[in-house]
Amino acid sequence: MRKFSLPLASLIILAMLLSACGTPSGGEIVEVEVTRIVEVEVTTEGDIQVVNAPGYGEILARVQERGRVVCAGRTDLLGFGYLDDDGRNIGFDIDLCRAVAAAVLGDPEAIEIVPVTAAERGPVIQTGEVDLLSRNVTWTSSRDSQWGNFTITMFYDGQGYMVRADSGIKSQDDMDGASVCVTSGTTTEKNLAADFRERGLDFEAVIFEDTSSVYNAFFEGRCDVTTSDRSQLAAIQAGADNPADYMILPMIISKEPLTPVVPHGDDQWFDIVKLVMYALINAENPAYGPITQATVDDVLASDNIKGKTVLGVEGDWGYSSLGLDADALANALRAVGNYGEVYNRYMGPAGIAFTLPRGLNEHWTDGGLIYAPPIK
Amino acid sequence: MAAAQVISAIIVIGALIWIAVNVLEAAKLRGLSLGFDFINDPAGFPISESVIPYDDSYTFGTAFLVGLLNTLKVSIVGILLATILGTIVGLARLSTNWLVNKIALAYIELHRNVPLLVLLFIWYFAIFNKLPPAKGSLELPGPIYLNQRGLYLSWPRLTETGGVFAISLLVGLIVAIIVWIYLRRLRERSGRSTYFAGVSFAVMLVSAVLGLALSAWQPLWIDIPVFEGFNFTGGLRLTPEFGALLVGLVMYTAAFIAEVVRAGIQAVNLGQMEAAKAVGLKPMQTLGLVIIPQAMRVIIPPLISQTLNLTKNSSLALAIGYADLFNVGRIMINQAGRAVPVFSMVMVTYLVLSLITSLILNIYNRKIQISERSS
Repeated sequence: MRKFSLPLASLIILAMLLSACGTPSGGEIVEVEVTRIVEVEVTTEGDIQVVNAPGYGEILARVQERGRVVCAGRTDLLGFGYLDDDGRNIGFDIDLCRAVAAAVLGDPEAIEIVPVTAAERGPVIQTGEVDLLSRNVTWTSSRDSQWGNFTITMFYDGQGYMVRADSGIKSQDDMDGASVCVTSGTTTEKNLAADFRERGLDFEAVIFEDTSSVYNAFFEGRCDVTTSDRSQLAAIQAGADNPADYMILPMIISKEPLTPVVPHGDDQWFDIVKLVMYALINAENPAYGPITQATVDDVLASDNIKGKTVLGVEGDWGYSSLGLDADALANALRAVGNYGEVYNRYMGPAGIAFTLPRGLNEHWTDGGLIYAPPIK
Repeated sequence: MAAAQVISAIIVIGALIWIAVNVLEAAKLRGLSLGFDFINDPAGFPISESVIPYDDSYTFGTAFLVGLLNTLKVSIVGILLATILGTIVGLARLSTNWLVNKIALAYIELHRNVPLLVLLFIWYFAIFNKLPPAKGSLELPGPIYLNQRGLYLSWPRLTETGGVFAISLLVGLIVAIIVWIYLRRLRERSGRSTYFAGVSFAVMLVSAVLGLALSAWQPLWIDIPVFEGFNFTGGLRLTPEFGALLVGLVMYTAAFIAEVVRAGIQAVNLGQMEAAKAVGLKPMQTLGLVIIPQAMRVIIPPLISQTLNLTKNSSLALAIGYADLFNVGRIMINQAGRAVPVFSMVMVTYLVLSLITSLILNIYNRKIQISERSS
């Protein structure tokens, strides 16, 4: 938010200016006046000091110049973006940011995570203030048209409901008149409203902008039900004082393809981020090795052409036209491992956050939806 | 001199235009949409509480109105309660009773020195959220139920014939006020006792009885809250989000108002009180006829800024989930993807609210200023 302060301060004065011209039926006149002046200013003063919507190649250039990838992420969701005991920001979404940093800068630690709330996600990527938004964002058509370019879905999720185990709630039909805690500015709150309205059920929405306030209120008993992506509910349940007191209901009421987003306007950066994601996914495929964090050097020494292509020693996978080093993807894999390793690190059977079966997020060779075009 | 005025005006206007142009240009470059066409699209998101009918199929415009009305609700009730509480604490602060004085002092210092956001978090998460669950609510006579989900009051509502009663009561009130003013002026002019209070009261009583008779002696029914499923239904409900925000804002602002009241009263020359005593006025008369009218002149201007602060501070509702103007605005920015138009709407709305509040209080301020005797 603090980076908004300049345009905001200007807006306040703009609002005062507009209202000061409050002659009767003067609203339209004022707008015409302002529009006319815009044209004059654009022709006379070309170099207005603002952050432009980035053009081709600009994001990579600014990342290399500053030596850091700036990612919008979060610090408050177990498994996806949270702080470990040493205060280091880790998680599934954060590792994707690290992979990109490793690919373009060679250093997975060359990242700056800007924590944003759900409601801040849109503006922060719309204005191009960050290079990458990796904060479990659901890909929808309207967001795709307004916010930025959605890269590829890294986590297939669906919205569910969590209730107290002793509440006796088994489905939505048992929830008539219930209080439901939900985060504002999400697809979740819209799905919730639509789900209840379609069923003709009443409910009281208790809405907070801050995710931790939502679950705080739920655990305190302010709400009977809370709703979010099922992965998030699993994370919250795992973090509860007594996880067995809560229950995630089996139904899934929406598709939530969680996808990293880059700003509109820079196709090169869009391609780079997608390629890094493709590499993480393909590396899990046995046909590529599989390439894991530990086996990068083994694959390099092997005669696996697919694997060696990813690692940059078997022809150009596109790096020269994207302005990257040949070992960019190898660096990304060395830094965070393949998709399966990233997933299992946080949510696998021995995951450090909690355990969530991969389900739709299995590699496509194992029957899931995680699939990527070949790297060649 | 005139040239200096013109030059400074040109500089100021030029700077404003430059800023406006810059904002518009920046928004265009960053690809932020500036149109207001989204206002009539369905909002699609729920709002926790509303004084007008609303669900997710209503438009963004309606959602904005819901937020505005919620802000007005908490501000109007808040300003009234904060003024009353502030006056009481301010008087207590002047009390010669040591205990009362020190309690008021502690209250004022606590609230003036802790940030409002912290107080709101304490009120909401540490107090309102820790009330008993809905199933084990506290039951007070009335019946009134108090639990985590809010305060549920049994509330009188008008029956079908109740409208007649309400209108009759309203007419009675207006007539009573006119009678009061007229008779009081008459007394001031003639010096005779006109029993204005008694007559006005009689007018009210007659209109009330008349209204009761016209509405077949059944003007009201009592809406009693009943526990059903998860929550109470019926009755008048105050949500904990509203409650915490209201209590937080009132307590916080009252501390400042108390200081304003104390300063105003202390600003009245001690000689005034001695003079009042000397002419034989009783303590209450001294306070009501001599001290307060003079203190009001000092109190009103700073009081205006405190009421404006309360309205603006209500935007902290965001933190505790009360659906005020700013909170709804933030959701709209996200769901409609229009940061610039929504922020402008929110700012212009707060500006208009503040201007209206200060206009009303400035009119009042002008009325209570000392008017020189003309003859």
